[in-house]
This record gives sequence, structure tokens and C-alpha cells, in this order.
Amino acid sequence: MFDGYTSSELMSIFAMQGFAGLSLFSVFVLMALGLAIIFGQMGVINMAHGEFMILGAYTTYLTSGLFESYLPGLFGGYFFIAMILAFLVCAALGAFVEWAMVRHLYRRPLDTLLATWGLSLILQQAYRSIFGAREVGVTLPDWMLGSIQVTDMVDLPINGLFVMIIALSIALGVYFLMYRSGWGKKVRAVVQNRPMAEAVGINSAGVDRATFALGCGIAGIAGAAFTMIGSTGPSSGQAYIVDTFLVVVFGGAQSLIGTIISAFGISQAQSTMEFFLSGSMAKVLTLLVVVGILMLRPEGLMALKIRR
Amino acid sequence: MSAAKRKNGDFLLAVEGLTVSFDGFKAVDDLSFYLDPQEIRVIIGPNGAGKTTVLDLICGKTKATSGSIKFAGKELTKLKEHQIVHAGVGRKFQTPSVFEDLTVFENLEVSYPQGHSVMGALAFKRDLAVVEEVEAVAKKIFLDDLLDQPAALLSHGQKQWLEIGMLLIQKPELIMLDEPVAGMSVAERQKTAELLKMITKDHTVLVIEHDMQFVGDIADRVTVMHQGKVLSEGSIEHVKADPKVIEVYLGH
Amino acid sequence: MKQSPILKWFVSREGLYYLALALLLVVILPVALDSFRLNMVGKYLTYAFVAIGLVMCWGKAGILSLGQGVFFGLGGYCMAMYLKLEASTPEATSIQSTPGIPDFMDWNQITALPWFWEPFNSFAFTLLAVIGVPVLLAFIIGFAMFTRRVGGVYFAIITQAIAAILTILIIGQQGFTGGINGITDLRTLMGWEIRTDEAKNALYFVTVAMLFVCLFTARLIQQRKLGRILVAMNAQENRVRFSGYDVAAFKIFVFCLAAAFAGIGGALFTLSVGFMSPSFIGIVASIEMVIFCALGGRLSILGAVYGALLVNAAKSGFSESFPELWPFAMGALFIGVVLAFPNGLAGLYQTYVMPLEDRLFKRKKAEATPAVAPVAGKPNAEKAKDYDPMIDHYSPEKS
Repeated sequence: MFDGYTSSELMSIFAMQGFAGLSLFSVFVLMALGLAIIFGQMGVINMAHGEFMILGAYTTYLTSGLFESYLPGLFGGYFFIAMILAFLVCAALGAFVEWAMVRHLYRRPLDTLLATWGLSLILQQAYRSIFGAREVGVTLPDWMLGSIQVTDMVDLPINGLFVMIIALSIALGVYFLMYRSGWGKKVRAVVQNRPMAEAVGINSAGVDRATFALGCGIAGIAGAAFTMIGSTGPSSGQAYIVDTFLVVVFGGAQSLIGTIISAFGISQAQSTMEFFLSGSMAKVLTLLVVVGILMLRPEGLMALKIRR
Repeated sequence: MSAAKRKNGDFLLAVEGLTVSFDGFKAVDDLSFYLDPQEIRVIIGPNGAGKTTVLDLICGKTKATSGSIKFAGKELTKLKEHQIVHAGVGRKFQTPSVFEDLTVFENLEVSYPQGHSVMGALAFKRDLAVVEEVEAVAKKIFLDDLLDQPAALLSHGQKQWLEIGMLLIQKPELIMLDEPVAGMSVAERQKTAELLKMITKDHTVLVIEHDMQFVGDIADRVTVMHQGKVLSEGSIEHVKADPKVIEVYLGH
Repeated sequence: MKQSPILKWFVSREGLYYLALALLLVVILPVALDSFRLNMVGKYLTYAFVAIGLVMCWGKAGILSLGQGVFFGLGGYCMAMYLKLEASTPEATSIQSTPGIPDFMDWNQITALPWFWEPFNSFAFTLLAVIGVPVLLAFIIGFAMFTRRVGGVYFAIITQAIAAILTILIIGQQGFTGGINGITDLRTLMGWEIRTDEAKNALYFVTVAMLFVCLFTARLIQQRKLGRILVAMNAQENRVRFSGYDVAAFKIFVFCLAAAFAGIGGALFTLSVGFMSPSFIGIVASIEMVIFCALGGRLSILGAVYGALLVNAAKSGFSESFPELWPFAMGALFIGVVLAFPNGLAGLYQTYVMPLEDRLFKRKKAEATPAVAPVAGKPNAEKAKDYDPMIDHYSPEKS
């Protein structure tokens, strides 16, 4: 498939596609982080995770509209406000969903999956009723337009770079929260031994709710970031949910580093192959490889060998 | 026991150089021990000594990192769990694991050593031989009056017996029990000791137990484990007098 | 008084449930509905095949597959390929640049029939493939996953990914598969017009007959030790394993069984609607199949049939009058069934209707014959025969 390209052309193609893959990587990382927290740490499958992301995207869309009409002077900075709002809105909805639905299903992971699927159907239809079936896009602030020219063949768009920076900062933040903070210690204590954690005075129900809300909030940030590189429709979230689950499972559900590595691997493989094959075949091949590897190594890339 | 006598073939079970490590932590470390036919062996040791892991290794639940487990001349480390069962090793878990939705009769019937394949289970018929065998075993485990009772309604002790019965009906040569009297009343303990003594007439038994009184009642020989290794081995009096054992149990 | 066991079964409670279903499907609906509506019911019933498979696989054995649409679709595509070849005679396709191949291949500049289409010229092969292809795929997936102890949510996610892969593949390979439009314009089955009213009515009865074949197969398995092992495996996998059973083999079996049922359903679906497209395979279609089973009651094969009928009837009803409300109703159904009544309609029936039946039944029985006291001590051998899939093995949610 490399026939007809010179080596310098190939290098540029890899660099450009690699960068395109990095945008996909950023979305994967942001979505997968939220999922990994909820699934990896709590064993709960949230099929509505994509819809939480889209909620974040719509929040950003509304915020950008508000800034455009009422605060045009501050338009350059609306994204940061939108990101915070997206986090808060999604986290609040997440906390509500945990209270109303998920907490009744902790011992029935397969049922959680079905119930959250139901939620995703409802949310999708709600978006369709409120925002219409058409995809909406936000106006990017000026400073995010344009690109940085690295060589005469390689252009890196600023919005893509920016989204990547957000993804990595959030990943770093989650890492510190989960592994370096007292709260993270509590979460991990509940995961490992719920009765014991309760016995030492951890409010495990509270930890569950906060963890779920945090995961959803991060999905909201993912949605905000998503608007910078693509437009938003009611079912945009569903398009990513299977991929992101594979990212999480492939990385080893308990490992944040594994999640990031697998997001990188899958997004790069897909976007590089996309250049040479048709988009659909690239996707089929990527998914097949991932599923194939998972069949050989079901515990994922980075799982610990534990004493059971 | 002299080293010269330690050849496979003389023993029903020969565990040699058995090691398993979980991410560098050696739960069982170069462990060797040997079981004679018809022997009741009890493994004791402090928590985390690796006792349950040894049973897990023998029955195939955990795969050994290195070492060998020879049972009646067969190497078990290469077999799958159900093949190990078919070779003649039965294993009871620490917490009673019986099928709560099924009756006592059905629990025993499921364990009856016939119709183990998918097609076999489809063709399996409840004939007279099955009914008689189930009733005979039920009598041994004191549950012959409760055959139609769903297992969920049994007491904790009765569930333990039922699980032992489910092993008996498989007719294994080696029965492994993980803390069979834990959580039992005194009366139930005595009955269980009685049951175990009866079982050993035609089975070899490997037991993990903490209750020293009970150990003294049933054991032919005792193996004391500590940090994945054999600390001491011999009669109950012998190990009780062993200074190393006293050190581990009382020394700190 | 000597009665044949079959006759005895028909007047038992379980037998009456089956009779009631047969009465509904064979007599009441055909009399009450016109041929268009009846054909719709026939279409819904093809989903019941999938739901019965899910009862066995998910309800009994605890293996949730979110990729049943894959097997449904494969069965359907096998049938569609045969019908398409029959419709693509050189005479009927003489305006194409390559006559004698399906029209969509011609549109995609394909000039010869691909090799994997060739065998579908044979009807016998097609019938075999309708079951064989889904079962083969299920076997490969099941073998890879279950021997490595992959289960639970991991299995669910991976089957869902497989549904996604197959859909993308079919859509992407337009020239070989008909792409997003699917395989359309199917007319005859061995020369027999399938789009006339008589043909549709006949197909409906074939569907009902096949449905009962599948129901009785599932029932037979439930009654045998095989069925008990499946349920036992769900609750105490290790105990089953250490009772000498190869758990993976049982899981592979039940997954293949569900795939076979789904394949049959898919083939009948193609016949009943006259086309097949990737929209019946994908993630959304596959997970909807789970709700048919969940609504009917995940432990009841009869419930699954009613579940498939009701959800699909509701779906058509909504889409005719309030299409925008259907996703809300469907979402609420998912959440409601899981949270409020996890054993579905069959569970509700058992809790609320059966006690009434019991009272009615007992009064009648007392009038007719002095009740025969059950013989104490020996009911075991009988027990297996009285096994009732509607009531036995119903247990409240495991905690």
C-alpha cells in the first residue's frame, strides 16, 4: 500500500495522519478517562457516557452563543468558562443518575449496562427535541484558528494542539486525584474492599456518587473539547461509545496509563490506516485487531497479575 | 520418612518443588510434600501461609509457576480443572458453594459422575442407579430426610455437608477440604469429624483446618506451612513440640 | 386410568400455556387480522427466535450477548443471497453490463459473481448456511472467549464491537453486500412468489411452526441435566467446574444455540419482509433484541415470545403515530424493566396471576376428583418430568 509514495512524502503523510490521529486520541483519552474511572474503579458500565459527552458539547455550544450575543468582548475566553460549565452540568446529571438508577444496580453490572442504554436513548431523543436533528458547531475564537507550519508539508492546526493539551492536563489531573490525593485513596479503598472501607469510616455511598459524577463531568469536558474539532449532533456520542469501551478494556480496566497508551495506539492505527484504505476498512481492521488481541489477552495490556 | 522412600508411585500425591508467584510475591515457595493412600493429612499454618493456594494449585484453579504435582502417576499441573476432577481429585471450598436454587437431590445429582459432556448432560437420565447412589450419599451426610429441600434453606453446617456429599458422589480418590468445620456448632463439628473418619475408609483426605482440637481428632499427619514453605511435618504431637512451630505461633 | 404422557402434558399447567400461545398464533391472530397485519406479526415473531436464544444464553446461563443481531443478520443475509441470485437471472438482468449477477454488483462495476456467493445458488446449502454460518461464528467467538474465561461485561462489550465491525464491513463492501441498502428486491423462493398475500400467510404459519420447534428444543434442554448445569453455572461457576464439567464447553454450546435460533429467525425475517439490510445487525438493533427478552422475562422462553411481540407491536404503533416519542418509551422500558421488574412479564405473571390460577385450579380439582396426596419420599423421580419453565428456576434476583 506504500507504492507510489516517496519516502519524504511517506514521512509527511505519517506526520499529518499522526497528528489527525492525535485529535482522535484526545477525544478517546477524555472519554475513556471518564469511563475508566467509572468502569475500572466501580465495575459499572455506563452506556450513556457518549450522551454525557454530547451534553458537554451542547453546553459549550450554548455558552458560545451567549458570549457571542452578550459578551462579545470576552469571546476569546469563552471556552474556559464553557469547559467548567460542561463539567458542572454533566457532573450534576451524573450524580442524579447515580442516585436514581445506578446505585440500585451495583451488584448487577449487566443490568446497569441495559439501564444506562435506556438512559442514552432518552437523552439522545431529548437532544433531538431541544436542539434539532441537525449537527451544530461553535464559532472558534480567533486565536484558535490557523495552524503552525512545521515543515513545508506539515501543518499542525492550533485547535487540535489545544485539545491535545487539554486532554493531557485532564489526564494528569485525574492521575493526581486518584493516586496522590486522600480522596483517591478513599475511592481505591472502596473498590478493593467495600465492607472494610465502610468499617474504617468511609462513606462508600458518597464515594460512589462522587466517582460517578466525576466520570460524567470529565465526559462533559470531553464534549467541550469535542466542539473545537468537530460538530455536534444528537447521536454523535453513540458513534464513539464502542471505540471508547474498547480503549478502556484494551488498556486494562484498572490502569490509567494503560488507558492512555491504548487510546494512543488505537487512534494512531486508525488514522494512519485511513489514509491508505477506505475509512470503513481502516475502522474494521482496527477493531478486528483490538478484538483479536483482547481474545488473546483478555485482561488488557496493563493489568496486574493478582492473587485470586 | 527416609529420602530413599520418596519416589513417586509409592504416594497417591507427590508435590515437588511447587512454586507460584504473583507479581514477584511467592505465595507458595518450593513446596514439597507427599500423601500416602488412605491418609488424612491436615495442613495448618498462620494466615497467609499459602494453605488455600496449595489446594488451588492441586485442583488447577491456580496455575503453578514451577514444580510438579503428581497424582496417581499423572502430572496435574498440565491438566484443566475438570480433567483433574476426572482424574480423581475433589475439592471443597472454604465458603460453602452449593447450588442454592436446586434441591439437595439435584445438587447431588449434578455431581454424579456421568453426563459430564454437553451431549452427555443432554442425554443423562435419572435412572435407578442414580437415585440409589444419591440416597446412599445423602444418608452419609445426614441429609437423607431433606432430599427435596432447596439447598438455599439448609443451615450453614448442612450446606458444608452437602458440599462434602457432592464430592463423595464423584468418587474421588483424593478429597481436599478447606476449613470444613469453620462456623459450625459443637454438635455439627463432632458429626463432621465422624463423617470425615468414615470417608477416610476409602479416600485420601487433605484438610486445611485451624481448630487444633479437631485437627488432633482426625489427622494422621500434620504439615505446618509458613510463608509458602513447609515448616514442620509429622504427627500432631511431633509438630506441637517442634520449636520452629512454637516460634511461629507463639514467638511473637 | 391410563393416559399417554403427551396427553397428560397438554392438560398440565405448562401444557396449557403452550396451548394458549398456539391458539393465539394459529387461530386468533390469523382470524382477527388482515394479511398485512398478520405478516407484521410474522415479522415480530422472527425476533422471538432471538429472544428465546437470549433466554437460554443470558437468562439461564448468565452470558449477555449484545451481538445477537450479528447472528440474526447472518441468517438473514444467507437467505437473502439465495433469493437475490434466484431473482438475478440473465433474462431479468439483461439491461446490466454484466447480466446474471445481482444488480448492486453491476452498479459497483463488479463483473463476476464473487466466490462466496457461488454456493448460495443451492437451496440446500442455503438452509445449511442459515444455521451453520451463525453457529460457526458463535463457536469461534465463544471458543476464544470462554476458554480464556472472558465473561460478564467484557463479553457483552466485545460482542457489541463485533456487531459494529460486521455492520461497518457490510456497509463498506457495497459491491459484495449491497452496502447500506442491503439486499433488496427479493421475489421468489424456488419459483414461488413470496410477495403475494397467500405466500405471506403461508410464511406466517411456517414461522409459527419453526417457533414451536425452537421452543420445544429450548424446553427439552431446560428439562435435562444440561439445563440445570447452565443455571448452576450462572450461580456457582467454580462449583460446576470442580464437579468435573468443562464450563467453557457448556457456554460455547448455549451461545451457539442462541446463534442458531437467531439465524433461523433472520432467515424467516428476510422471507417475510423481502429484503435484508445492515440496519438489522448493528449495535442498536442488537441491544433492542435484549429488551424483547428482558420484557418477556429473562428466565421464560414463553415470556420471550410475548416480549418480542409486544415491544415490536408497540414500536410500530408509536412510529405510526408519535415517532418522536418512541425512543423515550424504549428508554423508559430499558430502565423500568431492569429497575422495577427484572423478571419481566413472566415474573409479574407468576407473582400476580398464578396465585389466582392456583385458587381456581384447586377449586376445580377438588370438585372433580379427590386430590391425590403426593407420595412422600419419592417425588424426586417425578420431579424432572413436571418441570415447568414458566415457574421452575424462577428465583428472585441473586444478591
